[in-house]
Amino acid sequence: MLKIENLHARVAGKDILKGLSLTVNPGEVHAIMGPNGAGKSTLGNVLSGRDGYEVTAGSVTYDGIDLLALEPEARAAAGVFLAFQYPVEIPGVNNTYFLRAALNAQRKARGEKELDSMQFLKLVREKLKVMQISDELLHRAVNEGFSGGEKKRNEIFQMAVLEPKLAILDETDSGLDIDALKQVAQGVNALRSPERSFLVITHYQRLLDYIEPDFVHVLAGGRIVESGDKTLALKLEEHGYAWVREHGEPAGATA
Amino acid sequence: MSQPASVPFVASLGDAALPASGIAWLDALRREHLAAFAVAGLPDTRMEAWKYTALRALGQRRYANGDAQAATRAIDMAAFALPGVDGPRLVFVNGVFRADLSALDALPAGLTLQPLVQALRQDAEPLRFALSRHEPERGDAFVRLNAALAADGVVLKVAPGAKIAAPVHLVFLGAPADGELAWHLRHVIELGEGAELALVEHHAAAGEQQHLGTLVGDITLRDGAVLRHVLFQQAATGSSLIRHSRLQLGARAQAMLHVLELGGALVRHDLRVELVGDGARLDTRGVFMPHGRQHIDTQLAIRHQGLNTTSDSVWRGVADQRGRGVFRGAILVAPGADGSDASLSNKNLLLSGQAEIDTKPELEIYADEVKAAHGATVGQLDERALFYLRSRGIPLVEARALLTGAFCRAVLDDLPNAALREHLTGLLAVELPA
Repeated sequence: MLKIENLHARVAGKDILKGLSLTVNPGEVHAIMGPNGAGKSTLGNVLSGRDGYEVTAGSVTYDGIDLLALEPEARAAAGVFLAFQYPVEIPGVNNTYFLRAALNAQRKARGEKELDSMQFLKLVREKLKVMQISDELLHRAVNEGFSGGEKKRNEIFQMAVLEPKLAILDETDSGLDIDALKQVAQGVNALRSPERSFLVITHYQRLLDYIEPDFVHVLAGGRIVESGDKTLALKLEEHGYAWVREHGEPAGATA
Repeated sequence: MSQPASVPFVASLGDAALPASGIAWLDALRREHLAAFAVAGLPDTRMEAWKYTALRALGQRRYANGDAQAATRAIDMAAFALPGVDGPRLVFVNGVFRADLSALDALPAGLTLQPLVQALRQDAEPLRFALSRHEPERGDAFVRLNAALAADGVVLKVAPGAKIAAPVHLVFLGAPADGELAWHLRHVIELGEGAELALVEHHAAAGEQQHLGTLVGDITLRDGAVLRHVLFQQAATGSSLIRHSRLQLGARAQAMLHVLELGGALVRHDLRVELVGDGARLDTRGVFMPHGRQHIDTQLAIRHQGLNTTSDSVWRGVADQRGRGVFRGAILVAPGADGSDASLSNKNLLLSGQAEIDTKPELEIYADEVKAAHGATVGQLDERALFYLRSRGIPLVEARALLTGAFCRAVLDDLPNAALREHLTGLLAVELPA
């Protein structure tokens, strides 16, 4: 479903990703861990198409197509979703309106019928129940005045409504207390399915106690230097990232 | 401009035939104003009030004054239909009153609504004061031109205590003609003590044309009167519209003004508000959206004069392509106007590298115990928000429209007429150039 090969990317003239390779199959959950500055968020941003990230070498193939050639909105319509590390506040745009516009834009791009407001509300109510989110969030402007936890839950809620095939969670655990973290993880787990893959980017192992990954990769110096199963995350927790630097040789990880 | 007579604009209108009222003082006044206009000509950008609005191009134009065929031009009523606005209506086409398009039957008790010509014919004396007043801004070229050549206009009066719920719809339509026309209208509006009125001033187009309209209006609110005024300007994109409005508020009077400036090529509105009586309150909400080569200039001047008066103004400007917006928000708190509370904010958005907005906040305070807040910004769409929307599948063009609409929304949020608010909010999105 996703094949990243020898990806090099730079931001503001600085090389961040230096030959990253990774393959993700349908239904798999991959955790990307690594120290600050390793390029974790850059990976999420490159995959979702944010401006300012220049790919200098390598390729990203998603469902057989060149993902990097697509505009951000086309990637979304193709099923790629990025849960932002810092969700953006958009005053004046109602959360429900925004979400319906997004869903219908995606459906339109895929040649599917758009949902009318009744159909959409029905869908939203179902998802709210699964996510255990109060519908009060829906009536507010997008992320405006939301607490850190509400913002992250709103990201997961959007994901539930948009039903992507590949969800990238960019440090979704950052800034969350343990209760909020559990709620977010529950939401993610409810969305796991044999067709849906996840790329869980995180600095700490803690999130992986609640979202159990199939594979764990260590990103350092712009490359994946170590890959393994969930026990790798525990080793990291125990020994710290310095251990990887001494121990690990760069390994183009293939899961 | 040293030789006004050599300027085509002044030459074409400076010796226009004056409307004859048969009222000696009025005819004399009109002669006087036209002569003064012909001598002084148009202001140039060395004058502070016209610093950002150059009239050179307008000066090169020639206009025929008035439209002799206006009474028979075919007009589609759809050109000015507005949801939530179905009360009494007064329609002018190219400055000429059209009884056939108006709705003046069965006016609610306490409401007087008629064309100026008719009011003058009945009894000119009550209008004499309003029409013959000389004030500093009456030295303005367009006010002079209007005073000389405006044969008609709106006379609207609400009797003390009368509450007119159904909005009164004033429609000013520009309709295509053989050449470029100039038309002029003069309004006198008065709300008696404790009277209430909802008013929709609507500038619309019945086809593309390049006419010039000038409008001068006085609105007086007696003690305790309440006015809800929507000014919706969607004139033809080739036309020019120059307006002077003067709003005076008595004690505890309240005016709430919502302004939407969307159309026109050269648009100027001088809006002068005087909070004369103690406890008077003014709220203004406005948005202007020049695109293409439009130039939209709003000059808002608020004078706090009574005790404990309040003004709250929120304006948004959005300029795209080569559009140019000008906003002057001037607040003056006069000596003795203690306890005044004034706030004004003007935020602007530039959607293209060639668009320009000049905003000029001014604040002068000569009283004590005054609260005043004043701010203006010019910026661009938030790239992070744009990416956020796109990452959810919303195409760039739509994402830009969504954010721009949101930026303007604060202006219409508190418009009480829900049907009209919805319609205008929808227009903001449609009007947005991609």
